[in-house]
Amino acid sequence: MTENLLILPILIPLACAVFCIFLRNQSRVQNGIAILGGGGLCLAAALIVKAVIDRQILVLDVGAWGAPWGIVLVADYLTAAMLAVSSVVALASVIYAIHTISDTEKKLYYVPLINFLMMGVNGAFLTGDLFNLYVWFEVMLIASFVLMILQGKRSQLEAGFKYVTINIFSSFIFLAGIGILYGKTGTLNMAHIAVAIEQSENAEFINSTIVLLLVAFGIKSAIFPLFFWLPASYHTLPGPVAALFAGLLTKVGVYSFMRTFTLFFGDKVEFFASLLLILGILTMVTGVFGAASKYDSNKILSFHIISQIGYIVVAMALFTEFALAAALFYTVHHILVKSNLFLVADIFNRRFGTSDLKKMGSLYKTAPFLALLFAIPAMSLGGIPPFSGFWAKLTVIWAAVEAEQLFAAVCAVLVGILTLYSMVKIWAEVFWKAKEDSGPSIQSQKTHLTQYVASIILALSTLWISFHPQPLFDFSNQAAKQLSEPSKYIETVLDQSTKEDRHETHD
Amino acid sequence: MEAFYAILIGILFAGGIYGILRRSMVRVIVGIILLSQSINLLVFFSGGANRGKPAIMDGETAPSFSTMADPLPQALVLTAIVIGFGLIAFVIVLFQRVFSRLQTDDTQELFKTDS
Repeated sequence: MTENLLILPILIPLACAVFCIFLRNQSRVQNGIAILGGGGLCLAAALIVKAVIDRQILVLDVGAWGAPWGIVLVADYLTAAMLAVSSVVALASVIYAIHTISDTEKKLYYVPLINFLMMGVNGAFLTGDLFNLYVWFEVMLIASFVLMILQGKRSQLEAGFKYVTINIFSSFIFLAGIGILYGKTGTLNMAHIAVAIEQSENAEFINSTIVLLLVAFGIKSAIFPLFFWLPASYHTLPGPVAALFAGLLTKVGVYSFMRTFTLFFGDKVEFFASLLLILGILTMVTGVFGAASKYDSNKILSFHIISQIGYIVVAMALFTEFALAAALFYTVHHILVKSNLFLVADIFNRRFGTSDLKKMGSLYKTAPFLALLFAIPAMSLGGIPPFSGFWAKLTVIWAAVEAEQLFAAVCAVLVGILTLYSMVKIWAEVFWKAKEDSGPSIQSQKTHLTQYVASIILALSTLWISFHPQPLFDFSNQAAKQLSEPSKYIETVLDQSTKEDRHETHD
Repeated sequence: MEAFYAILIGILFAGGIYGILRRSMVRVIVGIILLSQSINLLVFFSGGANRGKPAIMDGETAPSFSTMADPLPQALVLTAIVIGFGLIAFVIVLFQRVFSRLQTDDTQELFKTDS
């Protein structure tokens, strides 16, 4: 019975989206439905987290076909953590969107699109079938394509062109990888593929698939040589959409890395792990230098997504149990902090009517509370104790030292310092610097309460992790234990099917 | 037979990449279409190339690779075609909008959001 919970994170956004399509002219009702949906998602995610703690791994045979044949939804610790944090971000984003997204865009199906996006993201987290993962990717991508160009500004169309082309390309590469893998193993269920790879005599064939998946997920998660679409497009997005994209879309790529590489490639992954480690280090460094060179709040934050992805990839590439736990901890921390930074940046961008740091200043005097809201995620991103970023960076560096990758550890420390530099730059330019009164004053927009509420939700979550990191770290440890010993996952998923089979034959 | 299809897929894929790397948006669209078709073919032939064999059996004869075709790639490719069709339709409309708004179809001129 508890298994049926797993369908909720897909069903709730779908229902909200469909209702909102029919209510396109009533933006107030749409707002209400969106908030209800976001709250419902949080509740469903909380229930799934609880069920996973009780029963380790939940498997739902959608359509009552057993595991290797039918599509299954699987929730383990990793999935539960990702679901929980993504639903919090989704809730914050829809609350923020109430007053910041105009009625015109709401008539153009803004709320349904956000919900379809969440459906795709949650589906990708939940599915236990590789082709189904591709389909959820597409659901997510199509929604994100439309959201990106919904306002129809010149810059958005231009950014949309690049974003759409590169992401379609990565989807095709992913599909090619799936096709080849199916040709070799004859199955699409992820647990079953893992068994097939384990049993095959010449495991070298897997290398072609690893490369294709590496490129496909690499583009999605914006790792080193494949990230150029991200800083070219994210800074054109409206605030709540940017927060959602920054928090979730790249992390779906990271999640797919964690899931497939631990499950399929296990101990055969040495070469690719060392490749990923190098790519991860380069990702951190290029991202942070890119951010240091920018003088625009949104562009700085976009580049920081890349550098933070680098940390997660480095932790993942170390491939020890502790490092995987660090990767998950980092991901959770990063999603909350990054989304919050985009929301706060959107608040002060709106105040000044620009995202150019040079034209801002002296906000500390007029809006001290906003300064506080910015300081929490900014210091957390920079890794100042006791904020969550400190614990996250500490675990990653610790894991690197334990795995005797001292170079990676040193890079992580240096990148952390440069991250702090960027955050201090924004802080100094926006809040402390005296504003020069030059040129015609740009029309500033006043901040609504809902905008603060959205940011406060994320800030409180960050603070909770900051001052109380142990539960999340225990949770991450459990997730890492499951990831580094995939036999339990495989057993549970495939056992389910035999149980169902026996059940059917008895009938 | 497999070798022929493999080469065909390779040529289509190469053509697709070449198209995407062109400066004209129309050629980018052609490239995306070619890529999409090559991947569809790849998925379709992942179950092995064979002719004239049914994918769905009557349930009495024992299924084997000599008498039947693998039904799963056929289902997969159907899904992939539909998704690809939707993507291409969207891409064409988007590129048309980009063209009418920016008054250029030269992708080299789309660098304003890069820096």
